[in-house]
Amino acid sequence: MMPDFESMVQRTRRDFLVSGSRGIGGLALAALLDRDRRLAPAKEPPRPGSPRSTAIMAERLRSHFAPRAKNCIFLYMEGGVSQLDLFDAKPRLLQLSGQKPPDSLTEKARFPFIQKESAVLLGSPHPFRRYGQCGMELSQWLPSIGACADEIALVRSMHTEAFNHHPGELLMYCGSMMLGRPSVGSWITYALGSESQNLPGYVVLTAGRAASGGNTMFSSGFLPSNYAGVMFRDRGEPVRDLANPPGWSAEARHLGLDALRDLNTQHRKAVGDPEIAARIASYELAARMQLAAPELTDLDREPAAMRAAYGVDRDAGGLTTYRGGGPDAFKSFARNCLMARRMVERGVRFVAIHHASWDHHNDLDSDLEFNCRVVDQPVGALLRDLKQRGLLDETLVVWASEFGRTPLGENRPGFAKVTGRDHHPFAFSLWMAGGGIRGGQVYGATDELGWNIERDPVHVNDFHATLLHCFGLDHERLTYRYQGRDFRLTDVAGSVVRPLVA
Amino acid sequence: MRPPPLQPRRFFSTGFLAAARDALTRSVTGMIWFCLVPAILDAGERTPTAAELSAAGERHWAFAPLSSPAVPAVRNPAWVRTPVDLFVLARLEHDRVRPSVSAQRETLLRRLSFDLIGLPPSPAEMEAWLADTAPGAWERQVERLLASPHFGERWGRHWLDLARYADTSGYQVDRERPWAWVYRDWVINAVNADLPFDQFTRLQLAGDLLAARAPGMPVEQVRSAQAAAGFHRMTLKNYEDGADPIEDAARIGVERVASTGLVWLGLTLGCAQCHNHKYDPVTQREFFQLYAFFDAAEEQDVDVGDGSVAYSFHERAVPPQTRIHTRGDFRRPSDVVGPAFPASLQRLTSRPMGVSADGARRRDRADLAEWLVSDVAPLSARVAVNQVWLHLFGRGLVATTEDFGLRGEAPSHPELLEWLASEFIRTGWRRKEVIRWIVNSATYRQSSAARPELVATDPENRHLSRQNRLRLEAEVLRDATLDVAGLLRREVGGKSFRPVMPPDVKFLGTAGAWTWTDDAGPVLFRRSLYSFAQRTVPHPLLATLDQAGSSEVCTRRERSNTPLQSLTLLNHPLFVGAAEALGATIRSTDPAHLPEDLERLFRQLLSRGPMPAERARLLRLVREVEQVQPGAGGRVLAQTVLNLDEFLNRE
Repeated sequence: MMPDFESMVQRTRRDFLVSGSRGIGGLALAALLDRDRRLAPAKEPPRPGSPRSTAIMAERLRSHFAPRAKNCIFLYMEGGVSQLDLFDAKPRLLQLSGQKPPDSLTEKARFPFIQKESAVLLGSPHPFRRYGQCGMELSQWLPSIGACADEIALVRSMHTEAFNHHPGELLMYCGSMMLGRPSVGSWITYALGSESQNLPGYVVLTAGRAASGGNTMFSSGFLPSNYAGVMFRDRGEPVRDLANPPGWSAEARHLGLDALRDLNTQHRKAVGDPEIAARIASYELAARMQLAAPELTDLDREPAAMRAAYGVDRDAGGLTTYRGGGPDAFKSFARNCLMARRMVERGVRFVAIHHASWDHHNDLDSDLEFNCRVVDQPVGALLRDLKQRGLLDETLVVWASEFGRTPLGENRPGFAKVTGRDHHPFAFSLWMAGGGIRGGQVYGATDELGWNIERDPVHVNDFHATLLHCFGLDHERLTYRYQGRDFRLTDVAGSVVRPLVA
Repeated sequence: MRPPPLQPRRFFSTGFLAAARDALTRSVTGMIWFCLVPAILDAGERTPTAAELSAAGERHWAFAPLSSPAVPAVRNPAWVRTPVDLFVLARLEHDRVRPSVSAQRETLLRRLSFDLIGLPPSPAEMEAWLADTAPGAWERQVERLLASPHFGERWGRHWLDLARYADTSGYQVDRERPWAWVYRDWVINAVNADLPFDQFTRLQLAGDLLAARAPGMPVEQVRSAQAAAGFHRMTLKNYEDGADPIEDAARIGVERVASTGLVWLGLTLGCAQCHNHKYDPVTQREFFQLYAFFDAAEEQDVDVGDGSVAYSFHERAVPPQTRIHTRGDFRRPSDVVGPAFPASLQRLTSRPMGVSADGARRRDRADLAEWLVSDVAPLSARVAVNQVWLHLFGRGLVATTEDFGLRGEAPSHPELLEWLASEFIRTGWRRKEVIRWIVNSATYRQSSAARPELVATDPENRHLSRQNRLRLEAEVLRDATLDVAGLLRREVGGKSFRPVMPPDVKFLGTAGAWTWTDDAGPVLFRRSLYSFAQRTVPHPLLATLDQAGSSEVCTRRERSNTPLQSLTLLNHPLFVGAAEALGATIRSTDPAHLPEDLERLFRQLLSRGPMPAERARLLRLVREVEQVQPGAGGRVLAQTVLNLDEFLNRE
């Protein structure tokens, strides 16, 4: 019956995937993992009406055109990465270092901390070099990422309206500076569903200092709460409330869940509410997550060479800083990158890795180097690992931050000397790789001081439009009606940056 | 609040069109162009003119005065208990559908108790209700619950969703507002006292002004009025280092207009911040005329006695000049505007709007409040009774509770909505009275069991041929669990408590900006509405269960169904603790007493005894558990019943 099928598709999208009524007790881990996508690709076409076929149909219905990307790993560097020191070399700025900038540049600019009257230009003393066949110019501090330059599309002409962190992060994650909008990962899982029967569609991993906006950037906003980013920890219990409570044996728990299913099934027959079937399915998926999530996060299952490539066991080499999260950030970030690959393999749609902080108002030289050491090796390893497994084509990897940093040194009142840069929303850098992105290119350009965009500006809304495009989604058609209005990730603007797409 | 999406064609960017539109409409030559080249503007779905909007509004039901609908005749008057039933039954009879039978008595009291006070009936209350077979028994239960101090907690919480109540400022710094609870308690008390909604409205928007203008008002009343004005102090504020205070003030002003529109008028006024509203008859100029009411208000913290402070306002002696923000950008001010009301709503009243202000005085928030409850009272009343209906059926008569405008859904029972709104005003704007009309009705008392024969014609039960099964809201589920386990602390009001926060969540939100210290002891078992609302880090237990976000107005909540909810209900220490407390009351190894304990557990948790099949299945469960983990039978049994869909739902 058509209406039933429609509603089934709806429900599937709403509740991850609805399973059959198999008992939990007899569920074997291998059988369970078998049902996830890449570990055991379906050998035969799914039967009509099976969860898998409805998931596929849901996808058909939602994709607006042929997608390249199926998953996204969103590397978010909170605080405002200094593009001038890592991605956008400005020899002229270095020459002019110490001089006052032209008034025409500063008169309309707003800065959180810089005193415009006395601020002077600050060039980057940190060397750049050329990477890959394309000869992309990046910092020497990024050798591992640089080795993948031919996969990377570097955008040097990003701009935003936000010049404070939290609004900027909200804009970059949710397309709006207002609280209460769905996160990009929520939009994508809402549109395409999850391919994993055992894991949530949108997972968030954190490293370094805490996220300054709490979990507001990972919120599903007005979308149903099952599209919210689910925080996974990188060690210990992977998800909150995942483990059975102390003193409750697994056998006893399973007996309880069997009885719960039986009684709920009886009640469903009595009152006829289809929501009860969804409730039964939720308990079964919860039980499957209990088995699948610890396997997912058990990195001991990875070969030693793989762990070494990501740097899972490396230490900070004596380096330490408060801002970058302390020496533990090295292990955490590497573990997160490796876990992200394992999640993508298991069908998790969107993985955000949130690292804080890159807010280098002072001590930029030492703190930025620290952060580069934290992230460069694992991110490069991730790109190569995805490539080798044939996953990079369908996995979009993004490196993003809420804004860039000023070509001016920060002369905040109370700072003894200038050792950092303030927030710069007018021009900053971001890169993407895989998932339908044409690599080995630099898009857009800034002026010789790195102050303004000279060519091909890309607004955050344009970036989101492009990201959705990689998933086969038209940013103007992916809408959700709320409070009388059809909302979009790109709000009222944005257009796809075609040259970035392969 | 942002504008609706524009759909630019490829060859004109949205920015170009906007710039063109701005340039064109600003000059005379421009206006000529405007007329000559509509094609340019039509390339993007243009925003309508004021005249077009007004014409569209002319025909819209929500902007019409209240009609006094004739109470319809029905073929089966015996079913009817209150006038509400006449409207519902007339519609069902029109479709040749019979209403559902009444729910069982146990279900009925449980439903009523959850709906009115947010707690299940105790076994003693249930026994008393079942024993009372005299006429008027139901009405006695209704009156008992309406008079309970917990009524104000339950229905106050509904209002707090609209007030975007929180204990912190929001954004990165998310600074504590240590006296936010003074406003929350004011709401609870006002709801318990059934303060008429017109007066409630005046106090929410202008309590400080009312107090200042009533010389000789007793000091207690002055303080209360000042605390009431905290409604618009619940806006977010950005204390991030380097934030632009002018930008933040503009955002706050816009938010206050938008919230007022959603809460009282059921209108998405926020859409008119950047340009004329796309669908509803509100122009951008009118949006900023409303903004001007709030521009004159200055935030002020006042001592309200007992060392408590209330977040309130006072009116500036010299209000700032309000200018329209071009395309919503505060850095692009244009025409100066003063406080005034949207002209299109003039249809709602027979006299000129806003006459209460004398000609010489600038209009202020008190005039705005008065306008809401007099000039446009029909709309305010429709929106308010619709909220009551929402909380008693899980869905409003107008399903889009936040949008009564042209894009909102039409009411399922238009005459019923008109009748409720008219009677609401006529009988003095009393919420409890509206609740009586509804819960005493036969419509409300129907069974919620599905009607398979009606799934094809009325899948969403819009015509109310039955009640609805509704998953308990986050707070109710937590409170009910604590209550049936004998753990709930029922003190009403006071400072918020900080529940135990998982360390990684605590860490995630802090970033050094604030600290969270878990409270300890019995205070942790207070009702959920007293749980400290930290805007950037909603408490995971409640957030997972679809608690309203505290950063913007929530006119209706989501009811989702996720595996994370299952994990929370199975493994969160609060729910595990409740299962263990209940499990300790079960003599699981004693076959002689186990059935008796099971019976008691059922009555405690589900307000009914187990059916034979349930009894057999659960006795088997206890036997099996005792074999694999001796001593665990009681708590596994308790947890199973606590997780039954029947326990998670109000039926």
